[in-house]
Amino acid sequence: MTSVPNTPRSTAPKVALFVTCLVNQFRPNVGFSAITLLEHAGCDVIVPKAQTCCGQPGYNNGLRNAAIETAKSTIKLLEPYDYVVLPSGSCTGMLSKHYPTLLSNDIAWKKRADSLSNKTWELCQFLVECLDVKLPTHSKLEGKTISYQDSCSCKRELKNTSAPRQLINQLCNGSNLVELKDPESCCGFGGTFSVKFPDISERLVSDKVQDIKATGADILVSADLGCLINIAGYTSRTESRPLEVRHIAEILANNLGTPSMTSRTQNNGSVSGSKK
Amino acid sequence: MKPGKPTSPEAPSNQALFFKAQSSEALLDETLQQALRKAQGGFIEKRSQAIADVENFDSYKQQAQLVKNHTLDHLAYYLTQFEENVIKNGGHVHWASTPEQLNNIILHICERRDAKFVTKGKSMISEEANLNAALEAAGIDVTETDLGEYIIQLAKEPPSHIIVPAIHKTRQQVEALFRKTHDLGERDLDNIAALVDEARLQLRQKFLDADVGITGANMLIADTGSVMVVTNEGNGDLTATLPKVHIVTTSIEKVIPDLESASAILRVLARSATGQPITSYTSLFSGPSGIEDLDGPDEFHVILLDNQRSQMLGSPFEEMLKCIKCGACLNHCPVYSAVGGHAYGWVYPGPMGSVLTPLMTGLKQSNDLPNASTLCGRCEEVCPMGIPLPELLRQLRNKEHEEQLTSWKSRFPLKGFMWTIQHPRLFHWITKISRLILTNTTLTHLLERHLLTSWYNSKELPKNHSKGTFMEQYQKSLKQNKT
Repeated sequence: MTSVPNTPRSTAPKVALFVTCLVNQFRPNVGFSAITLLEHAGCDVIVPKAQTCCGQPGYNNGLRNAAIETAKSTIKLLEPYDYVVLPSGSCTGMLSKHYPTLLSNDIAWKKRADSLSNKTWELCQFLVECLDVKLPTHSKLEGKTISYQDSCSCKRELKNTSAPRQLINQLCNGSNLVELKDPESCCGFGGTFSVKFPDISERLVSDKVQDIKATGADILVSADLGCLINIAGYTSRTESRPLEVRHIAEILANNLGTPSMTSRTQNNGSVSGSKK
Repeated sequence: MKPGKPTSPEAPSNQALFFKAQSSEALLDETLQQALRKAQGGFIEKRSQAIADVENFDSYKQQAQLVKNHTLDHLAYYLTQFEENVIKNGGHVHWASTPEQLNNIILHICERRDAKFVTKGKSMISEEANLNAALEAAGIDVTETDLGEYIIQLAKEPPSHIIVPAIHKTRQQVEALFRKTHDLGERDLDNIAALVDEARLQLRQKFLDADVGITGANMLIADTGSVMVVTNEGNGDLTATLPKVHIVTTSIEKVIPDLESASAILRVLARSATGQPITSYTSLFSGPSGIEDLDGPDEFHVILLDNQRSQMLGSPFEEMLKCIKCGACLNHCPVYSAVGGHAYGWVYPGPMGSVLTPLMTGLKQSNDLPNASTLCGRCEEVCPMGIPLPELLRQLRNKEHEEQLTSWKSRFPLKGFMWTIQHPRLFHWITKISRLILTNTTLTHLLERHLLTSWYNSKELPKNHSKGTFMEQYQKSLKQNKT
């Protein structure tokens, strides 16, 4: 997809892209795909240089005070923009739901957290609900079936289940999306949970992978890199022909140059572990 | 390691500290896994059907929550009112701060009435106190009359679920247990109906012989001084009405203002628990038998256990007192569904247990539990009382961190990480370096085998397939655009 900025720069909404620490470290392509999609929808995309991590690892592991400090610096960083968009339900939930909770005892900061919350969006939800974007269909996906894994944070914290499906349907003319039998259950990632309780995590991801395999999907996508790292990490260990695992932004932006997350090749390798 | 085996008659044994080892064992227990898989799907489906059948379950939830919020705001008032009305009805009210006190009160009553045989309806409060062990130690024959409780009593195991205590047992295991403990001869027991008949046959005589009947309570109705018990087997009624003494073991947060409030809670209770619109029996017990009554107990006691509950009131954990013990959070929890209830090591398993156990028995004795959750949020979603379980687990994790109950192996890297993300330039430098490390086969190999083993045992490490971190590449592209 070529970028079609159809709004003049001056009136285009200034959108800060918070790429998230996982995308920054492991899957830069997701960040570039998000930029493509947002620019296609007419946004003026800015990537604030001083962004790091939303602080969720600390917040979920009892380091509440450290998480409060992170919340404050992230709020300061993102305040100047019209919108803040993240290619992750989990990090979006952190900014939009948990920052206000963390800062609820400080009236001034609570107000700032609330106003950040009001302009913070998960990428798919932003594209559909705020911009009503129309994506071109693309031929690379013709004949392929796609399964979408709802991350728990997209599903429960953001009530964001229809936007990603609408977008996938736009790409494929509504015929290629196959649903999991049990879309409600967690893939077993849970951040540090997967390291603290590897046995339980393995069992949960193995159930999830069985479900994914049963759909017969060619590609699995999700809006959260955490879930994808977990699922891809497990399938590439256990399956001889692992399925193609990607962040949803990559397929939406037709940005399939990077190999599947299940591929074992490094650095723009030409062989994708999942190519048929 | 066998979780939950009574160690002393006074204290319920607490194996919560060993959650991790117990959960790993549970995952390898084929029979347990078979039982869990069979049970879990049924509960989820039935609940969702029961909720779909009513027009607006959310408004039911709101009404139930209003009742509990109001009562907790005026707990002392309603407890006093309840006590006054029980006494007015001819009953006795006892206050027990600790599980030990609860046991002592019951032993005292049994001794005074020279009780030899006790029947029990299902009561999680009595599990908190490990009451059966205390009664047995005093030479009293005690029989659980709820079918699930009866089964696990025979198996000498603690309950593994708060509403279906024997959910971890397969039909075949129950049959084998009955064959071992009952005098059955050649009789067929190869279907569930036959097993139920066998238990009924054994229990019938116990009901008739009992000197004292002990039940739990689902709600305490303040303005009538009544105790409400919901069951599906009717065993609660037989336990409460046949013996000469009825003792109710319950806790302070179960009180509600009136019968109208009870209806609000009943509407969400069974639907959330078993997916029934209402349980088969909803019984009210309001004191000993009157002069006109032909039968019923001549003594009626209600024992109100605190066991740290008054400490939760007004604390960040007050929401937990709204719990009506429906078990929906257990049924929908991915972790509970995978490992079952015994792994949690104490009376209450699943998400509600991971909050209650540390609060009741001490965080130090159960510091795995608050972490035994992916924080997927399904528990909060299905909780009819809207208890923010993930947030309460986070609060406990915070306490653990502050009290330094976590291992340095997790505390140190997390602290380091949180410090680093406050320093963007350093952070981006570290991410660059770590990406380079992950492109080096030897270094990755070292990481996999030594530092990240718990991940690497079952999963590959994530790979970055491009030539830098996002920030590196993005900055580079900005510079190129400028030139």
